[in-house]
Amino acid sequence: MSKLDSKIPSGSIESKWQNHKFSSKLVNPANKRKHSVIVVGTGLAGASAAASLGELGYKVKAFCVHESPRRAHSVAAQGGINAAKNYQNDGDSVYRLFYDTIKGGDFRAREANVFRLAEVSANIIDQMVAQGVPFAREYGGTLANRSFGGAQVSRTFYARGQTGQQLLLGAYSGMMRQVDLGNVELRTRREMLDLVVVDGKARGVTVRNLVSGEIESYEADAVVLATGGYSNVFFLSTNAMACAVTAAWKAHKRGAYFANPCYTQIHPTCIPVHGENQSKLTLMSESLRNDGRVWVPKVQGDKRHPNEIPESERDYYLERVYPSFGNLAPRDVASRQAKYRCDEGRGVSETGRAVYLDFADSIKRLGQDKISERYGNLFQMYDKITGDDPYKMPMMIYPAPHYTMGGLWVDYNLESTIPGLFVAGEANFSDHGANRLGASALMQGLADGYFVLPSTIGNYLGGTKLEKISTTHDAFKFSADEAKSEISKLMGIKGNRTVDSFHKELGNIMWEYCGMGRNKEGLKKALELIPKVREEFWNNVRIPGDANYINTELEKAGRVADFLELGELMCQDALEREESCGGHFREEHQTADGEALRDDKNFCHVAAWEWAGTNKKQSLHKEELTFENVHLATRSYK
Amino acid sequence: MAGKMINLILKVWRQKGPTDTGSFAEYKANNVSTDASFLEMLDVVNEELVTKGDEPIAFDHDCREGICGACGFVIDGEAHGPLKSTTVCQLHMRNFKDGEVLTIEPFRSKAFPVIKDLMVNRSALDRIITAGGYISTNTGNAVDANANLVPKADADEAMSSATCIQCGACVAACKNASAALFTSAKISHLSLLPQGQVERKDRALRMVAAMDAEGFGSCTTTGACEAACPKDISLVNISRMNREFLVANVTKQPKHQDGGAG
Ligand SMILES: Cc1cc2nc3c(=O)[nH]c(=O)nc-3n(C[C@H](O)[C@H](O)[C@H](O)COP(=O)(O)OP(=O)(O)OC[C@H]3O[C@@H](n4cnc5c(N)ncnc54)[C@H](O)[C@@H]3O)c2cc1C
Ligand code: FES
Repeated sequence: MSKLDSKIPSGSIESKWQNHKFSSKLVNPANKRKHSVIVVGTGLAGASAAASLGELGYKVKAFCVHESPRRAHSVAAQGGINAAKNYQNDGDSVYRLFYDTIKGGDFRAREANVFRLAEVSANIIDQMVAQGVPFAREYGGTLANRSFGGAQVSRTFYARGQTGQQLLLGAYSGMMRQVDLGNVELRTRREMLDLVVVDGKARGVTVRNLVSGEIESYEADAVVLATGGYSNVFFLSTNAMACAVTAAWKAHKRGAYFANPCYTQIHPTCIPVHGENQSKLTLMSESLRNDGRVWVPKVQGDKRHPNEIPESERDYYLERVYPSFGNLAPRDVASRQAKYRCDEGRGVSETGRAVYLDFADSIKRLGQDKISERYGNLFQMYDKITGDDPYKMPMMIYPAPHYTMGGLWVDYNLESTIPGLFVAGEANFSDHGANRLGASALMQGLADGYFVLPSTIGNYLGGTKLEKISTTHDAFKFSADEAKSEISKLMGIKGNRTVDSFHKELGNIMWEYCGMGRNKEGLKKALELIPKVREEFWNNVRIPGDANYINTELEKAGRVADFLELGELMCQDALEREESCGGHFREEHQTADGEALRDDKNFCHVAAWEWAGTNKKQSLHKEELTFENVHLATRSYK
Repeated sequence: MAGKMINLILKVWRQKGPTDTGSFAEYKANNVSTDASFLEMLDVVNEELVTKGDEPIAFDHDCREGICGACGFVIDGEAHGPLKSTTVCQLHMRNFKDGEVLTIEPFRSKAFPVIKDLMVNRSALDRIITAGGYISTNTGNAVDANANLVPKADADEAMSSATCIQCGACVAACKNASAALFTSAKISHLSLLPQGQVERKDRALRMVAAMDAEGFGSCTTTGACEAACPKDISLVNISRMNREFLVANVTKQPKHQDGGAG
C-alpha cells in the first residue's frame, strides 16, 4: 500500500467531516487522563491545540523556543482572519469560501480538507469572541469586516492592524488557563532537535534547553508539531528571526514526507530592501489594498517625486490588467505584476525595485481620520522604518518571501506519514495548494488546533495500541546522543565565517533561482551551488562560546544547517514540477500575457518527498488530486 | 529613504549569567547606516565580535516589528531608548547623531533576573496571566459571535488595553519596579467586555495577588511606566485596576467547592 493514503472520508463534500467525527473512536473521560500528548510550538495552531486537548482532559506537554508563548510569530499577523459568516449579507457562504480557497490555491489543494476549513471557520470567530478578542465593531455593536485579495465578498474579521496579536493572546490565555488548572505543562525556551520514533510510532521529542544548554527527552502517546513555516530559508523574509524548519526537518529525517516544498508565497506589499545589513523585511498588510492603489510611472526612469506625476502619466497596472479584482488581485498575481513593472524599468526608489501604494484618493474620499482608524499602526510603522509619511506621499513597496504553503505531508486527520505524528498550522501543507489567500493562515491554524486535532487525535489514541514507555528507552538515548554529537560537531569546526554569512549566501541563491520566477537552468545552477555552500558551512563556520549555556550563534547554526538541506529540496521540487501554478512560476510555462500556465494532465498532484540519507536524492511520492466539486479551470481575475 | 553612515561608541553591559557580577564593555560601531534599526546596528557589532572569536552580545528579539515584545533594554537610562512609543527593534539609527556615546544595559528588576548580557527572564509576567488573565470558556461552548453586541467604544477601549506586548519596559522604567501597568492592562481589557464579567472580581483579586507574589514593587503613580510604554498603554488602566480590586475585595464572597448534591 502506498504510504500516501489521504484517508478522505466517503460521502458528499458537505457530510464528510460530520460523518468522520461520528465514526471516529472516542476516548472515555477517565482514560483521557492516562494519555499524554506533546505539542511542539505554541503559536496559534499549537496554543489552540494545547488548550483544547487540555480541556478534554489529556495530559499535555507544550514546548516553544520563545521566552513566552505569546511571542510566537503568529503575533505579527496584521490584516485579519477569514470566516464564512456572511454577516455582510453579500453572498458569502461556506461553499464560496471553499471555492475561493481552492481557486486561490490554483487547484493544487485537497478539496475535502479545504471544505472542512471553510465549514469550521465560523466557529473560530465565535470561539475567539467568547475568549475576549476585541475585534473591530460597527456602531451598532456587531462585528466589522474588511475585504482581502482573491475574494469579492467582505469576510475578514480584524482587530486594528494587530489581528494576529489579539488572536494569539486569545489562544495563549486559553492555554495558560490549562496551565493554571494543571492540564498543560509548559516549557519555554526549548528547541526540539529530534523526533523520537518507537516501533514506527511518534513517541517523544528531544529538545535543547536554550538557557542551560541541556539536552532533554520527553515521552508521550502522540506528538503534534505546530512549528510554523520556513520562509527564512530566504534569509530576508517577513518572518520573525527565530522562524525555522528545524522541527519539521528533523521529523522529515525520521520518516515524515515533506510535501510541495517549492510552494512559497512572495507577498506583494513589503517595505523594500534598504541595504546590506538588513536583517528582515517588514510586511505592509494586504488589507491596505482595500484603500490603496498600486501604480508605477508610465514611462521608464521617471525620477519625479510621486506627487508631481500627474494622473495621466501613472499606470495603475493592477486595475488595468485585472479590471474585476483590481488592487485586490491575489498575492502571487500581484507580486508577479510588480516584478514585471520593475523588469520593464518602471520601478521606483533608488534601486528601481519598488512600486507605489497610494492612499491619496482614499484620504480625499474618506478623510485622514478614517484611514488612520483603519491602518494607523501600519502607517506609523512605515514611517518609523523609512522616515517617510504615507499620509503625505505614497508608500514604496516590493514583494518579499512571506509564507510557505509547502510543509510536512498530512492526511485528512492531519497525521503525517509517521503514525502518531500530527502536524498543524503553517508547518503542514494541507489547505492552501500553490497559493494562500490573505487572512486564511490564521483561520487554518485555529481550525487545526481548536477543531480538527482534538477529534482526530482522540480517534488515533482510541484506536491504537500503545505500549507504555519511558525516556529510558534506547530510542530516546540514541536520539539525545545524535543531537549532542551534532552540537559538538558544530562547536568543533571553529572556522572563519559567521553563521549569518552562510545564511545570507543561501538566501541569495534561493531568491535568485527559486524566488518569484524559476527556470530549469537557474534551478540546476542552484542545485550545484547549495551543496557547495553546505560543505563549506560544515568546514568553516565559527561559533564562539560553548554549548552548555545560552548560545545564540549555536541556535542559529543548527537552524541554518537544516535550511541548507531544505533549500536543495525546494529547488529539486521546483525543477521537477514542469508547470506554473500559484506561487510556483516556471518561466518556461506561461501564457502569452505572462500568467501561470498549469499542466493538469501531468501535475495535478501533491509532490511528497521521502528523506533518503545525507547528500542523497530524496524519493518522490505523488498524491493525485481529484476535483469532484470544483471544476478545474484556468484561474482568472480579469 | 536615502541613508547616511554614522559612527558610535557603545558601552554595553556584559554579564555571563545570573550569578556573574557583570560590567560594561566598550565597542565601536562604525559605518552604521541611518536606515538600519538599533538591533541591526547591534547585529553588525556582533558579526565583528564573532569574526574575532568573541561572544556576541546576547539580547532577546524576534519579530523586529514592535509586536512580539521580545526585545527591550535600556539605552542611556531610557527603556527602549529615546523615541516615544517605539520598541528598540523599531528604533532607527536616523534618530542618533554621528559620534554619540550610548550606554546600553538590561531591564533591571528583582523580578527579571539577568540570563545573559541584555537578556532577562520575564516569565513572572506569564505567571500573572496564568493567575486568571483569561476567560474560562472551553472550545465548542461559544454562542454566535454577534449574539452579544458590544458597543464600539467599549470594544475600542478594550483593544487599546489589549495592545500591551508584555515587553516589561513599564517595570524597568518604574523606580519601584512595579508591574501595575502590565497587570492593569489585562484586567481592563477583560473587564471592559461583556464576556469578561463572570470572572471579573475573582480575576482582579488573583492577578493582583500574583503580581505581589512575584516580587514586583508597589505603584505610586509617577507615570514613568506610561512614558516608557512602546504601545501607549495609559495610566487610566491602573486606576481601573485599583477600582476593580477595591470593589472585588469589598464584595468578596467565600469560595464554594465544585461538586454538589449528586
Ligand atoms: C508579518 C506577517 C503578517 C501576517 N499576517 C497574516 C494575516 O493578516 N492573516 C493571516 O491569516 N495570516 C497572516 N500571516 C501568516 C500567519 O501569521 C502564519 O502563517 C501563522 O500565524 C502561523 O501560525 P503557526 O501557529 O502555524 O506558527 P507560529 O506562530 O510561527 O508558531 C510556531 C511555534 O513553534 C515554535 N517552534 C518553532 N520551532 C520550534 C522548535 N524546533 N522547537 C520548539 N518550538 C519550536 C515557536 O516557538 C512558536 O511557538 C502573516 C505572517 C506574517 C509573517
Ligand atoms: S523584536 Fe518583537 S517587539 Fe521588538
